[in-house]
Amino acid sequence: MNQYIPILIFTLIAISFPIITLLLAKLVRSGSPNAVKAEPYECGVKMPTTAYDTRFSIRYYLIAVLFVVFDVETIFLFPWAVMFDKLALFGFIEMVVFLAILLVGYIYAWRRGALEWA
Amino acid sequence: MHAALIQFIVIPVVKIAVILGVVLLVVAYLTFAERKILAYMQVRLGPNRVGPKGWLQPIADGLKLFVKEDLIPAKAEKAVFLLAPAMIMIPALLAFSVIPFAPATKLFGLLPKAIPPYVTDINIALLFVLGISSIGVYGIILGGWSSNNKFSLMGGLRSAAQMVSYEVPMGFAIIAVLLMARSLSLVQIVKAQQAAHLWFFVPGILALGIYFICGVAETNRNPFDLPEAESELVAGFHTEYSGMKFAFFFLAEYTNMLVVSSLATIMFFGGWLRPFPNVAWLSFLGVVPPVIWFAVKVAGFIFVYMWFRGTFPRYRFDQLMQVGWKWLIPLSLANLVIVGAGVLLVKG
Amino acid sequence: MAFLSAHFVAIVFYVLAVLAVAGGVGVITFKNPVHSALSLLGTFLMVAGLFVLRHAEFLGAVQLLVYAGGIMVLFLFVIMLVNVRRLSPDAAFLSRRAPLAVLSGVVFGALIAFGVLAGSLGHPGGGATALQMVQGHVMGNTEAVGWTLYRHFLVPFEIVSVVLLVAMIGAIIFGRKDAGLEGRGGRMEP
Repeated sequence: MNQYIPILIFTLIAISFPIITLLLAKLVRSGSPNAVKAEPYECGVKMPTTAYDTRFSIRYYLIAVLFVVFDVETIFLFPWAVMFDKLALFGFIEMVVFLAILLVGYIYAWRRGALEWA
Repeated sequence: MHAALIQFIVIPVVKIAVILGVVLLVVAYLTFAERKILAYMQVRLGPNRVGPKGWLQPIADGLKLFVKEDLIPAKAEKAVFLLAPAMIMIPALLAFSVIPFAPATKLFGLLPKAIPPYVTDINIALLFVLGISSIGVYGIILGGWSSNNKFSLMGGLRSAAQMVSYEVPMGFAIIAVLLMARSLSLVQIVKAQQAAHLWFFVPGILALGIYFICGVAETNRNPFDLPEAESELVAGFHTEYSGMKFAFFFLAEYTNMLVVSSLATIMFFGGWLRPFPNVAWLSFLGVVPPVIWFAVKVAGFIFVYMWFRGTFPRYRFDQLMQVGWKWLIPLSLANLVIVGAGVLLVKG
Repeated sequence: MAFLSAHFVAIVFYVLAVLAVAGGVGVITFKNPVHSALSLLGTFLMVAGLFVLRHAEFLGAVQLLVYAGGIMVLFLFVIMLVNVRRLSPDAAFLSRRAPLAVLSGVVFGALIAFGVLAGSLGHPGGGATALQMVQGHVMGNTEAVGWTLYRHFLVPFEIVSVVLLVAMIGAIIFGRKDAGLEGRGGRMEP
């Protein structure tokens, strides 16, 4: 437990770093805002729409779901890897089966074009 | 003074202050190094006006950003717009809380007993670094979203998709190292390489390649610098940022490069160990302090980063996703099984 | 100072717990879905801290990596994909579901009360230890999880991969072009 105390302190210092820097900068920085400066920077052309009207490809959603699945899979590999010497061949086969089942999903995703981006 | 106070508060605070100071200084000079190295690669001189040979350039840059006007676009989501640069900077710095850059030392006899110079060592250090780095992606998504600028939003989402895609093969590559090191503690990973009489890049050469490619993609560096592709997205997720807030995005990128390089050094190149740590006749190499060995190895990786930038053109976004999902994932999985089988064979 | 060192774990626990609950309240009170998502992220991070405080380091890391680092990205993508900026308060929608909400609230409250009474939450941080005994060796948390999971829970572990497979296939079917999700409104190429 004690080895986490420095991390707690580090977190507090790291959080205060940007806050203090921004506050200090606020004291010294120049500033003369006007309406034109506050417009979105889009090549100087005044945009009739805002970014919130933009819609995005469903592929972003697919990528995120696939990522979560693979992320969970990776998490299962961590405790397996650190115990690998004790689990030996049994653990190896166990994990190959696990990965093989997920490989089916990966191949399915590939065949259905979920990994394509164009 | 209270003994516990010294042990748990004073010593960590001193260490953290020194480490943060060094990290920020190194990061500032990385920007200078990058400009100089790129300049020499392109047969020009690079920054050479501020101070002798331009050595005060990063200080001048920092001062400039510090006093610059800080614009917030009228239609931006103010609270999130303010939060985003902090959300990318804080995790980048936090990774250094567990990175061991040298073993316990007496500081040339200045201290009564040897203490470790790194902040702390935890059982799950590697997972901690990976987890904390994955928080950095929100700074990019939210920075892009809150700017209320199409280019920023697109840059932010692209970047997020890119970062999560490359996190997967990176994880698999790291598991291959864990099969050999059998610990998530970064200190133990270095010690395992000493015990094995072998730096892990030899059996893990493929893992190293995959890890580093993913590391370049995770830090949004060339040739994977799509999010800020200036020719199409102006500057991507930080188009609307100026002054110190922009500086945080900029510093975080370099800090993350340092984290990726440090992890590569620890996992594949024996961390602070000198070359051939178990060969007696090379013991004269021990004259060089461990922290210097660590710094030299990290500098090597940083140089490769800059070399990439001087060499490769940028990928197209669909190519980038293809490389991640169709090449690196199968390759890293295959590598994992091969390394696993190899470890089983060697152990008999 | 003496008070601080004596009650350090309890203080950290209460700070994390209060922030976690505050984050949870934020999720349902913020009008802007992105603010709600950020609030949830805060809760996830605090819960990760609570896990570490209970010596469940590995779970804390999983919380950080999977929930804070993975699932939240998915949430944010979905929010940006369906492009909801601000939810208009729909009283009729809420009142229709009020009985269900009360019921699940009561059940959940009872569960927590049971947990507290059963004594498992008696003293924050008490009881659990960071190191576990595995086969006569003292090991860390991750190693203990690995040993238990891969020695004693072989079948559930392999079933997890089937569950993940189903999730993957489901997502791909939902995201199909002919599912009609794509191409509506002003869709933009990435």
